[in-house]
Amino acid sequence: MSDRAGITRRGLFRGIGTAGLLAGCKPSERPPTTTEEHGDAAGPGAGEAALGPGPAPLAFTLNGEAKTVEVAPHVTLLAALREQLRFTGTKVVCDRGACGACTVLIDGVARNSCMTLAHDVAGAAVTTVEGLAPGGKLSVLQQAFIRHDALQCGFCTSGMLMSCQGLLERTRGQKLGREDVEAAIAGNLCRCGTYPNVVAAVLDAAGGSA
Amino acid sequence: MQPFVLSRPKTLAEAAELASASPQDSALRAGGIDLIDRMKEGLEAPARLVELRWLGEADREVLRALGPGDERVQIGALVTLAQLAAHEGFGEAHAALREAAGSAATPTIRNAATLGGNLLQRPRCWYFRHADLVCLKKGGTACLAVAGENKFHAILGGGPSFIVHPSTLACALTALDAQVEIRGPSPRTLPIAELFVTPKQDSKREHALQPGEVLVRAILPKPGPEQRSGYAAVKEKQSHDWPLAEAAVRMSLRSGAMTDVRVALGHVAPIPWRSREAEAVLEGKPPSEALFAEAAKAALGGAKPLRDNAYKIPLAQGLLREVLHRVAGVPLPE
Repeated sequence: MSDRAGITRRGLFRGIGTAGLLAGCKPSERPPTTTEEHGDAAGPGAGEAALGPGPAPLAFTLNGEAKTVEVAPHVTLLAALREQLRFTGTKVVCDRGACGACTVLIDGVARNSCMTLAHDVAGAAVTTVEGLAPGGKLSVLQQAFIRHDALQCGFCTSGMLMSCQGLLERTRGQKLGREDVEAAIAGNLCRCGTYPNVVAAVLDAAGGSA
Repeated sequence: MQPFVLSRPKTLAEAAELASASPQDSALRAGGIDLIDRMKEGLEAPARLVELRWLGEADREVLRALGPGDERVQIGALVTLAQLAAHEGFGEAHAALREAAGSAATPTIRNAATLGGNLLQRPRCWYFRHADLVCLKKGGTACLAVAGENKFHAILGGGPSFIVHPSTLACALTALDAQVEIRGPSPRTLPIAELFVTPKQDSKREHALQPGEVLVRAILPKPGPEQRSGYAAVKEKQSHDWPLAEAAVRMSLRSGAMTDVRVALGHVAPIPWRSREAEAVLEGKPPSEALFAEAAKAALGGAKPLRDNAYKIPLAQGLLREVLHRVAGVPLPE
């Protein structure tokens, strides 16, 4: 509808302010950091580096772009992506590595970002669903998902896409079978049961992309 | 999760030293899948995590090694389940390990989870995993599964705790007669059976490692020329699930007879369960449907089910028969 153009659900939430939304629920979302041990300060040994417990600098590549953030060691990659870097395409569902909604590629390998500490990706290249569509242009895989109706409620979709993208990247040029796709998405839970359409979409994208 | 210090020592010796404090003070981290899970659930809050993945090159190579070394297969503690499942060097002789690694958890977890972490993970028992419950393993007076919901618990070797050992690799490595190498104050190499602790020995722990000890690799003995092996699991769901029962078998087939037979069952006991009873039935005999049925019966002969888990007896029997048929090349009955 034309009068809603440009307004998104998340943009609206951000506009109101998360703090305002949470004000009635919890007194404070996050305790202030009391320790300021950065860099190599915390280790008792001579040779080892130690980070934390407070925020420490982390440098990695996110969707092809160099990023440096200050993040505490106990913060997961998922939390850092969503809450600090505002890349909210990666979804939180189980937060225990059991559903795959938070799947991202780390150096091309599909991983659960909820069970990965942010500092695990120091120096690595992370790709999230946002990285599949640079400049807003949907990838071949994403277009195949739409063509094959490979999503219903959509909550598993960004993780599902990343597992499938990982499969396409590691099998580039090879002929894919149904069982290859089924094996690749065996860590992605789709409550709506859209698996057959996901398989069809990936096979289509594999045949269509170079 | 509670905040912690993330230590990245350069040598294994430093890592062992840093981890020699109490478990409340420090924990070794490999893939960290189970550790982070326990920390998120509030079961543990170590003040320091000691990373094994950031060791200097020399020690990291030991922990990441995968392949033949003087005719034995060495598997570093940091080798991932995905690497094991895809390892082309595992032929028929070590198929059980490849199959076990490829069946655990999910593909994305297998990309992170390691051999060492898989062997040393804590039980999945729902009473143990509940932060508000004080079960026997957490200093309580009773195993809550005994009078509670015990559908997934032990039918063999139980008491006083009735957990089942959660490691899928442990079942296959037991059948393959693996050893594990430990570094620390007193370096040692153990048969894998000695890595695991029964609840009668100590109900609070599942493995024999002391603080400051690091499991650096598993070693598989040089296989005989005719060695073959296999593994299978039954789960409620094909993916995202722990097994209800597992079976792993190793044997050599020479002149029509089975020799060097090893039978291990998983998720039926607090340790990976080697069945010497089944081995005795099979050893030296030609494979047959009737013999496999007899071996499966013998393997579960000592089972003592709790209220909700008697189903595991026929389940494990059927699974063991299926793996025996497949490994020995005897067609399954209709």
